[in-house]
Amino acid sequence: MTPGRAKRALICLAATVLAGVGLAACGGGSDSSGTPELTFFVAIQPGGTIEKVSERCSEESNGKYTITPEFLPTDASQQREQLVRRLGAEDSSIDIVGMDVIWTGEFANAGWVEEWTGPLKKQVTEKVFPNVIETASFEKKLYAAPFNTNTQLLWYRKDLVKQPPKTWDEMIEMAEGLKEAGSIQVQANRYEGYMVFINALIESAGTEILSGTEEVDLEQGPTENALQVIGRLANGGAAPPSLSTSDEDTARLGFEAGESAFMTNYTFAYGSAQEEAPEIGKVMGFARFPRVDASKPSKPPLGGFNLAVSSYSKHKDVAFEAAACLANDTSQKTAVELDGLPPSRSDLYSDKAVTKAYPGFAGLVKESIEASGPRPTTPAYQDVTLAVQRALHPPDKIDAEDTESIYDELKSNVEDAVKREGLL
Amino acid sequence: MTVNAPANPNPPEAAPTKASSRTRSERKLAWMLCAPAVVAMLLVTAYPIAYAVVLSLQNVDLRFPEENSFAGLSNYATVLTSSLWWTDVFNTVFLMVTTVAIELVLGMAIALVMHRAIFGRGVVRTSVLIPYGIITVVAAFAWQFAFAPETGFVNNLPLISDEMDWFGGRFSSFAVIIMAEVWKTTPFMALLLLAGLVTIDDQLYEAARVDGASAWQRFTRITLPLMKPAILVALLFRTLDAFRVFDTIFIMTRGALETESVSILGYNQLISRLNLGLGSAVSVLIFICVFLIALLFVRGFGAKLDEGRPGG
Repeated sequence: MTPGRAKRALICLAATVLAGVGLAACGGGSDSSGTPELTFFVAIQPGGTIEKVSERCSEESNGKYTITPEFLPTDASQQREQLVRRLGAEDSSIDIVGMDVIWTGEFANAGWVEEWTGPLKKQVTEKVFPNVIETASFEKKLYAAPFNTNTQLLWYRKDLVKQPPKTWDEMIEMAEGLKEAGSIQVQANRYEGYMVFINALIESAGTEILSGTEEVDLEQGPTENALQVIGRLANGGAAPPSLSTSDEDTARLGFEAGESAFMTNYTFAYGSAQEEAPEIGKVMGFARFPRVDASKPSKPPLGGFNLAVSSYSKHKDVAFEAAACLANDTSQKTAVELDGLPPSRSDLYSDKAVTKAYPGFAGLVKESIEASGPRPTTPAYQDVTLAVQRALHPPDKIDAEDTESIYDELKSNVEDAVKREGLL
Repeated sequence: MTVNAPANPNPPEAAPTKASSRTRSERKLAWMLCAPAVVAMLLVTAYPIAYAVVLSLQNVDLRFPEENSFAGLSNYATVLTSSLWWTDVFNTVFLMVTTVAIELVLGMAIALVMHRAIFGRGVVRTSVLIPYGIITVVAAFAWQFAFAPETGFVNNLPLISDEMDWFGGRFSSFAVIIMAEVWKTTPFMALLLLAGLVTIDDQLYEAARVDGASAWQRFTRITLPLMKPAILVALLFRTLDAFRVFDTIFIMTRGALETESVSILGYNQLISRLNLGLGSAVSVLIFICVFLIALLFVRGFGAKLDEGRPGG
């Protein structure tokens, strides 16, 4: 009994410290039997969003539940590895799962997360962008409440570039013309961020990686156009020196250091530049993710987190209610205020919280999310992303003049991956 | 040390029945004393290995719990026909041979210094051991930060380009990985070699000196031959360790740019893809490789595991 009580005391202490309220809610062991403690496994947000919304929802429940956040690392692959190890072992200590948009197929297919139905389903999908609802669904069933979404914009230096480029080809040409200061920052290390980049280019070119959970699409012409963009960028003068190890953070740092005229990155980059490099921040322009095909509108990346209820939770009923609260409009406003995370509800984009976080570009963020091209939904997503990353990394191995052989490699890798065959 | 008792030579002339019953009871006692260790080893070593072998013969994927089936040897066929496996075996062997070779030379030099240190012997020995006491992941991060273009000091050193992207190329990545591995494990090598060094009788050196042998001759004719058992054991331990290299590569490149080792390949199948069948096949193959390396050392070079170990 003692360890259990000690743990409970510790949780109470932590909750008290977080809440900054008195000990009223933690009066000994008597009421602990009545209030289920829900554990919320989710990626850490540096601004404190998760703590704040967990605390607010616990309070609003009037003793129906308390939510204790458990933080996962910032890297998406490491978050997933920690979660799947627990879920694969049917661990009942997870109640609510903060699920990256790409895990839905895998988690739902394995039976790790519960389907949303009835009035709560209606409540959590109300006014949410349709393609965000898609990322929370698998085989037409909803498995999570959309919380925050995310997308990338093209950031550029207004002092170096008068008119933002419309296409990648235009941008690469402009950057090469600028010589020293002309590099383009993207994400091309061998990790999920590279998959985000590749997928956005392939979608923008007019095709997609998968057309169903197991059907490979990758139409040859458009895919090769997308590959040519990567090859031209990586092998030309517009590539930053450490392109093959770049991620969101190195891209931001390179841009803030004044070494780059262009960058594709998430919305956090704007706030970061204002704080870390005000000189650059002042001349930071924004535009939509560039096109691959001049005649087709671009399809920017789509990220974000959806909240699911674990199938092994001992308090599923209240967990659904808690997850709905954690994902509601008030919580989404907290996320944009504290961490600059774009809301998944489209009606919030005229709200003051959003227009303040995205001065002048709230409309552009909304437009980009509406037009975005999500990454494929499949239970074998992990295999697909590993296969794509393996086929196309390092980026400078792609010869822009001859993309046929690398296209064949990519396609056969992905075909094996959806069938979960071969080593990856 | 009761377990050694049966090995004591009994005079054959002694009364056979009495001696054999005594031997038998001692052997029985030895087995009883060994039993807890044997049971523990079976539980923590034999069971997981056997389970991995069983898994490797099946199609098991945690993401598809309904689709388990018997696979026969097809997982092994998949691994052994994949060019990825052979690339990774090459990488691993390359890293193993280079790091162990450098460590042997440096470790021997450090062992000689530790052995001959006249003053501050304790301080010398302790300070040499510090890298070995640091957690591999921490050491790997430290080396990564040192070489990263944004945060590191290495690119500010003379003769090195400020723009050098160490983790952007295969062989520059290997260079950093090798340096980190060598820095971390040379002390272990030095310690094992020092243990061999202290067993050599000083009188041999004095006699050689009287006969006019040079320092180099004393090293090659006395030190090396007498240290052979210690060197072989040190090499065996380090080679087995180096073949399983994981942490440093995982932190520095995650296996990108063809720097992947077989352990990272196994990790990708098991932990990332949750493909327990394929992942177990990789693990079993790694186990077989490790076993073959040990066999080569013990049978091929005659390494004796009960000699030359520290305190052995």
